[in-house]
Amino acid sequence: MMNKSVEARGLTIRRGRATVIDSLDLDVPRGAIVGLLGPSGSGKTTLMRAIVGVQIVAGGRVQVLGRPAGSADLRHRVGYMTQSASIYEDLSVRANLRYFARVQGAPKTDVDRVLERTDLIGQADQLARTLSGGQANRVSLAAAMLGSPDLLVLDEPTVGLDPVLRNDLWDLFRGLAEEGTTLLVSSHVMDEATRCDRLLLMREGAIIADTTPDDLLAGTGAASAEEAFLDIIERDTAGEGPAGHGRRSGTHLLSQNANGNGRPSHDRRGRGTKEGGRR
Amino acid sequence: MNPMRTLATTGRVLTQIRNDPRTIALLLIVPSLLIGLVAWIFDETEVFADIGPAMLALFPFIVMFLVTSIATLRERRSGTLERLLSMPLGRGDFILGYTLAFGLLAVVQTAVAVCYATLVCGLEIEGSVGLLFVVAIADALLGTALGLLASAFARTEFQVVQFMPVFVFPQILLGGIFLPRDQLPDVLEVIGDWLPLSHAIDALDAVSTGNEDDAYIWLRVLFIACWIVGAIIVGSLTLRRRTP
Repeated sequence: MMNKSVEARGLTIRRGRATVIDSLDLDVPRGAIVGLLGPSGSGKTTLMRAIVGVQIVAGGRVQVLGRPAGSADLRHRVGYMTQSASIYEDLSVRANLRYFARVQGAPKTDVDRVLERTDLIGQADQLARTLSGGQANRVSLAAAMLGSPDLLVLDEPTVGLDPVLRNDLWDLFRGLAEEGTTLLVSSHVMDEATRCDRLLLMREGAIIADTTPDDLLAGTGAASAEEAFLDIIERDTAGEGPAGHGRRSGTHLLSQNANGNGRPSHDRRGRGTKEGGRR
Repeated sequence: MNPMRTLATTGRVLTQIRNDPRTIALLLIVPSLLIGLVAWIFDETEVFADIGPAMLALFPFIVMFLVTSIATLRERRSGTLERLLSMPLGRGDFILGYTLAFGLLAVVQTAVAVCYATLVCGLEIEGSVGLLFVVAIADALLGTALGLLASAFARTEFQVVQFMPVFVFPQILLGGIFLPRDQLPDVLEVIGDWLPLSHAIDALDAVSTGNEDDAYIWLRVLFIACWIVGAIIVGSLTLRRRTP
């Protein structure tokens, strides 16, 4: 129990009549960077909201740091960065962080600390409205870091960033993990998988693989995380009977390939020879 | 609930408004301009002396209703409300923080409007100016509380603006400005007697004519206060930490 930051058992979430997440189990080890990867619409944000405790849950249980998710005393210990930069546009960067620090009960000096770690000192007095999308995202991240929470839940923190900044952020995440923070980071950029300690691959509201970057590549024999992910999806789809899972059809997979980064056709041939290597 | 977090929220809201000078100008000038217009329309008559006080009751109420409902809707839509509710901020901190900030703005707005109405437009206040401020502030807080409530039922900016006629117009129509309430059809008179703006209008009339004692005015303020508390309680119930 104590070496797990997050433990979910049988988590079920419904939105309207649709079941978005059905009986999901999940473990996030303490002090690790866990990547939550999957195509958009796969339920990553919903799962993260359930962990933070702002999502209405239909069934199952989620324990965060040994307490039920959403408990009052967890609000000091869990930092949450939403997908869109949830900051006040008509406040300066510093005024935003100062307010969130007071709400969090973090010391005043914390504002300068997170400004520095997210490389925003130069923008501190700028109105948030005038920031670029990437900068606004970093303000949002800085706000989540206030008060040094034990668990950081980051929803697509690197989306829309250039490769240099993305690299800097992953270095920051690594630094935070080394200080003992647990990070749950979602992304739909598969290349980022290699920067994580553990990987959770998510698709259509289910975790289809819980693995490490090395095992992912070794197990599938794929050259890149993206390829390996597509490989797992294919097997996940092939392994299911047609009844009751009509929506996970072959055409759906193909359209997902087409939306990906244009995988060359030899990947498809190559994968055919490796069929059955895993699971 | 925690006073430090409440005041931090008040300070944050006021800083946001301070960064928006045009909003400040509109808040302070528009009521005076409209009061001036009404005074001009009824230049040769005694009408302004009758409805001038009621106008002082309307502006803080309408303006604060609009500003609050839109500000809260923005918090919901930008994700800042979700962030705050995942943090150790009480729902009461959020609502009281807003109420204090807009209450403070209402004091300034009312001061400008009262000065303009009395000094420039010649409106006569026979009763206590202090009580006039008390009523106007109660009015503004009522607008804030109802605005918070209305924003809970709106998903878009279009909707929230439509709520103004729903919450505000009936109160103006039944409040006794167009026709004294005792001349209304019975059912409407009863409804009007229970609406908070009616009591604000009565109280301001009493202040300006000086016909009633202070207890009469305080009773009206108490009635408005009950509405404020009710709206805040219902409003904070609509503010859920967990959403679908």
